Amino acid sequence: MDPLILARWQFGVTTAYHYIFVPLTIGLGLIVAIMQSFHYRTGNDMYDRMARFWGKLFVINFTLGVVTGIVQEFQFGMNWSEYSRFVGDIFGIPLAIEALMAFFLESTFLGIWLFGRDRLPKAVHLLSIWLVALGSLVSAIWILMANSWMQQPVGYTLVDGRARLSDPVAVFLNERLLVEAPHTILAALTTGGLFVLGISAWHLMRRHEREMHLRSAQIALVVVAVASLLTATSGHSQAQHTARTQPMKLAAMEALWNSEQPASFSLFASIDQKDGTSAREIKLPYLLSVLAYNNTTSEVKGIHELEAEDVAKYGPGNYIPPVAVVYWSFRAMVGLGMLFILLSLTGLVLWWRGRLERRWFLRFAMVFLFLPYLANFAGWITTEMGRQPWVVQGLLRTASAVSPNVGAVELAVTFIGFTLLYGVLAVLDFYLLYRFARPVATVGQGQQDAGLGDVFAY
Amino acid sequence: MDINTIWYALIAVLFIGYFFLEGFDFGVGILLPIVAKDDTERRIVINTVGPFWDANEVWLITAGGAMFAAFPDWYATLFSGFYLPLFLILVALIVRAVGFEFRGKIADARWRRAADSAIVLGSALPAFLWGVAITNLVRGVPIGADMQFQGNLLTLLNPFSLLGGLVSISVFALHGALFLNLRADEVVAERSRLLALRLWWPSAVVLLAFFLFSYTQTDLFSRSGLVPGTLPVLAMITFVASTVLARLRWNGWAFATTGLTIVLATVVAFEGLYPRVMPSSLGKSFDLTVYNASSSPLTLRVMLIVAIVFVPIVLAYQGYSYWVFRRRVTRRSIPGS
Repeated sequence: MDPLILARWQFGVTTAYHYIFVPLTIGLGLIVAIMQSFHYRTGNDMYDRMARFWGKLFVINFTLGVVTGIVQEFQFGMNWSEYSRFVGDIFGIPLAIEALMAFFLESTFLGIWLFGRDRLPKAVHLLSIWLVALGSLVSAIWILMANSWMQQPVGYTLVDGRARLSDPVAVFLNERLLVEAPHTILAALTTGGLFVLGISAWHLMRRHEREMHLRSAQIALVVVAVASLLTATSGHSQAQHTARTQPMKLAAMEALWNSEQPASFSLFASIDQKDGTSAREIKLPYLLSVLAYNNTTSEVKGIHELEAEDVAKYGPGNYIPPVAVVYWSFRAMVGLGMLFILLSLTGLVLWWRGRLERRWFLRFAMVFLFLPYLANFAGWITTEMGRQPWVVQGLLRTASAVSPNVGAVELAVTFIGFTLLYGVLAVLDFYLLYRFARPVATVGQGQQDAGLGDVFAY
Repeated sequence: MDINTIWYALIAVLFIGYFFLEGFDFGVGILLPIVAKDDTERRIVINTVGPFWDANEVWLITAGGAMFAAFPDWYATLFSGFYLPLFLILVALIVRAVGFEFRGKIADARWRRAADSAIVLGSALPAFLWGVAITNLVRGVPIGADMQFQGNLLTLLNPFSLLGGLVSISVFALHGALFLNLRADEVVAERSRLLALRLWWPSAVVLLAFFLFSYTQTDLFSRSGLVPGTLPVLAMITFVASTVLARLRWNGWAFATTGLTIVLATVVAFEGLYPRVMPSSLGKSFDLTVYNASSSPLTLRVMLIVAIVFVPIVLAYQGYSYWVFRRRVTRRSIPGS
């Protein structure tokens, strides 16, 4: 098998898997910190129980985020050594800063938070969970800065076929980062909020710890309502930015083969990549012009025209990303995002009327627990597949980035190894989350051992 | 000192910090089934490193990130070259972390036995493989003019490097035993101290063999002549001192001396490499050095500012966490015992 294909699959699988845990770490970390702050301010024991309950789930999730993150840090050098040589001068900076500024902060203060409950003044213990939450947020910003540079390389010059840093400030304040970071972080908060809402709904269905879970659900609803709405608006900014900087990606997101002015938004299309056409399309007029340029008149360039431009600019080759994948994942992301807004607004209305515990709503909330994961995957697939064949937009092709001295056998060994290991971990993770999240009325002896207090030590 | 050299020294510091810190939590993991006789004792042992091991591991992640930023060619050649050993290290670190974190979550004997195995294997394998990797790094591996590693797994599994692996695993185990002597409940601590005294002898044998072997296998000492210089001798002295101090029950000092042995040995390795970062066994002209493998001066300057600001902050709060958890983990502190 082609090493390139294996390396790409490995990156896709390990990164997607890592990204199961990351958004929840960011979102839930903040929510637990908020809950513990409520306890600190009010002295109400319910908030203490609440912070512990969600804190346990946070830690289970955090563990897997950390261990799968180490693989990410090493993988560039292992499978993508030519990429590492090409971008190291720039891409390495945010990666190193991320470890130094964020990973140390998260891991050190998580240890302090977990083991220091009875040993530290309350304020210091509260501060430690806020520092964990801050660490994961800071980490997100640096890694997104690295990713932004792959989408929109800035502040560099090409020397001997490699990117060299010429303007660090341009890299730090990459325009792309300014649209990508809010969108991604807000989506992570939405994920954390829907996680809390879904599990609280499960408890409310069973009338278990009603007061605590009603309050948890309310906190989560506020988080989801604000975050999901802002995820959408920041996504709109990002789409406009993509239209300017990565027009081919935008055209693929819309399966827009031929330029249109004004451009209409496609709701459904049956896409034929080989022929470069779509059939059975359903279109909403003007809407793509709005999406891309925030007006109803602008032209949006189509794939064929952009392909011709790319050939003229970069030489002969195929510059069209896998259109159907990008098109449908974009639709999945946007559609799900809309549903999140709808759910949270419905929830707010019900809360206002004192009817939050309507069973139909709780059932919906439980199902919605799983959906942000799909939306997150879909978003990343859109932006990463939409950039193909480039790994660094316009500078380095994915095919030229792979390690030349790592063979198909080695790649197959590591790919299968990681996939199997990750599979086992997924089962363990799901089982533990289920065990600690489920509503149980009475705690048995065996459970007490692994129950509330003791979980904060090994 | 030029900025490339400063960066090389900084990366050395990150590896020194990593081996010193993760060294003892590897050791604690390896010795888990030996020093602990029942579940409560096993939990004591695990809790001695509970608040620390994750942050200790970040030293490695930071070292990796810093290599990527400061010496991309070193990062690319090393990581793509030492491919399968690094894969095994990653798998081991994952398995170990999951063992630590998930062990106490379910009170079931089989679950906990499985977690114990994960911790032991996940600690022993990287403790061994890091020795193999560093030895290969110093010894030199086949690197061509294109900076690509040309060997395979068997190139890396040569007798000298395997001996290096034995050195690292035995010294880390010793270091871990002396850490347990400091932080575990008295009974476990005393057992660990006695174990450290027994472990010292086989460690001394492999260390001595490794030292003698290195005259023929590396240019570490041949460059400086027969007398190996101050640092290797100092490493030997601290190593000898550790067993003497452990016998005298100067527990803190005993732990500090194995720590110093690790620090000094790592310094010797990095000093011996300099100015190369990855010598090629195919010819001096193919060596990767702090100059031909580095980033641009601008990147190095930007990163230096970041390091000057953040390394002291990190050291301060990591130091704080060690201060908070300075007391022994007692039987009473383990719930349900």
